[in-house]
Amino acid sequence: MEQKAQKTIITVVGKDTVGIIAKVCTYLSNEGINVNDITQTILQGYFNMMMIVDMSGCKKAFDEVQADLKAIGDDIGVEIKAQRSEIFDMMHRI
Amino acid sequence: MPSIYEVEETNKMVEQENLDIRTITIGISLFECMDSDLEKCNEKVYNRIMSVAKDLVKVGKEIETDYCIPIVNKRISVTPIATVGSACCKSPEDYVTLAKTLDRCAHELGINFIGGYSALVSKGMTTYDEYLIRSIPQAMAETDFVCSSVVVGSTKTGINMDAVRLMGEIIKETAERTKENDSLGCAKLVVLCNAPDDNPFMAGAFHGITEADEIINVGISGPGVVKTALESVRGESFEVLCETIKKTSFKITRVGQLVAKRASEMLGIPFGIIDLSLAPTPAIGDSVADILHEIGLEYAGAPGTTAALAMLNDQVKKGGIMASSYVGGLSGAFIPVSEDQGMIDAVERGALTIEKLEAMTCVCSVGLDMIAIPGDTPATTISGMIADEAALGMVNQKTTAARLIPVIGKGVGETVEFGGLLGHAPIMPVNPYSCADFINRQGRIPAPIHSFKN
Repeated sequence: MEQKAQKTIITVVGKDTVGIIAKVCTYLSNEGINVNDITQTILQGYFNMMMIVDMSGCKKAFDEVQADLKAIGDDIGVEIKAQRSEIFDMMHRI
Repeated sequence: MPSIYEVEETNKMVEQENLDIRTITIGISLFECMDSDLEKCNEKVYNRIMSVAKDLVKVGKEIETDYCIPIVNKRISVTPIATVGSACCKSPEDYVTLAKTLDRCAHELGINFIGGYSALVSKGMTTYDEYLIRSIPQAMAETDFVCSSVVVGSTKTGINMDAVRLMGEIIKETAERTKENDSLGCAKLVVLCNAPDDNPFMAGAFHGITEADEIINVGISGPGVVKTALESVRGESFEVLCETIKKTSFKITRVGQLVAKRASEMLGIPFGIIDLSLAPTPAIGDSVADILHEIGLEYAGAPGTTAALAMLNDQVKKGGIMASSYVGGLSGAFIPVSEDQGMIDAVERGALTIEKLEAMTCVCSVGLDMIAIPGDTPATTISGMIADEAALGMVNQKTTAARLIPVIGKGVGETVEFGGLLGHAPIMPVNPYSCADFINRQGRIPAPIHSFKN
């Protein structure tokens, strides 16, 4: 299948702590994943961060990246998810 | 690009409100497998299903991973087997070999259900249709994943009362044959009127004879999402209520559309339809009855239930219809009893009776579904209940169904446990008066006057 620019959404939800963004970004940089945009806010008392990233330069399979990010999240006590962005575009845009 | 709030809303639907894709169903035509030799027919059926659906489970898992949304079931529907086996099956036992072949495919592919062990007899039964119908009890007892359906009527043809009478007996026999498992065989058997050709939901899924070689149909769910959305509009007007249901339905259908398109691309099989049904599961918070409660009914079954359900069903369709390029199947709200904790609570409370459920089936997408009744209910009474449902479907030009489970050895006040998506159910009392003289008449009920539109 032809690879379009693989836009992926990474979300981090949990208790705020020092170095969350640094840890995630270090990993992404090592894997050749480019960060297009970062938003963060506090929602219902939780630290919420969303990154829009481009995975077209990443050599690893999507599920491996998901597993790595989950492990980093477990390490710092937050939940990290990676999802293809189409699900959000489909649901919220006509 | 999505905003952080939109991302959070979507993920909350999945994580907390049980939004899921209920099923990706591949419809497979088995016409090319017909053969005058039974063994060859079985072999062709096996080879065809295994080659078309070999990647179904893998693709399903990949889509789950990409979007972090559960795809609960992967299923297959096939051309009604009564037709596929017509050239080689000379007895009900011959048909059972085909059921076993379907089951073997399901086991080897790792899918959840395979539907289409079916006969379409809405006007009359051929000899081979009758063989298939008579083979159902054995087929249901000796297979794990095969689902069976029999279409006994339609608005255009009227109701085949000979088939209705026979199905009462077949349901009893199926219950008897599977009595060790609380008559579970009947949970995989449904009797339909006006059955759609492209329904991805079991037990009524089959690949209609009007369909192409292969097709992907997707069923979506999400009663919990609708219920949560309605929590924010308590006490508001009907206009606000309806708008909220429509918007929510639109959003969840869009996810179905995405998954269907993606599965279609990955499997190289054309996309058929999205079935945008609110399909409950026994999980807490995944209940259509809870939506009715949120709309303002103390329990499902209270006066007003039929009106509330009619409104819900209509708004679900209106919201979903623009979200997908093709909507089909049943599309509406399902009201199975055993699969919906809110329905079970309403029955146990005494708020919900079979008669009220029957009224509800006039305005929603299915019929008397997953209802456990006493094991000593006469076959003619079961046929009477089927005939009532078929009449509702015939006159209202909609699909109706009956999936009744006479639980052998159990009576009112006891419960049955089916497990998994099928849930558990209290046994409901059935009207004790006889309809035997009505059911024992021969022939069919003619099509209603409003079916003559040519």
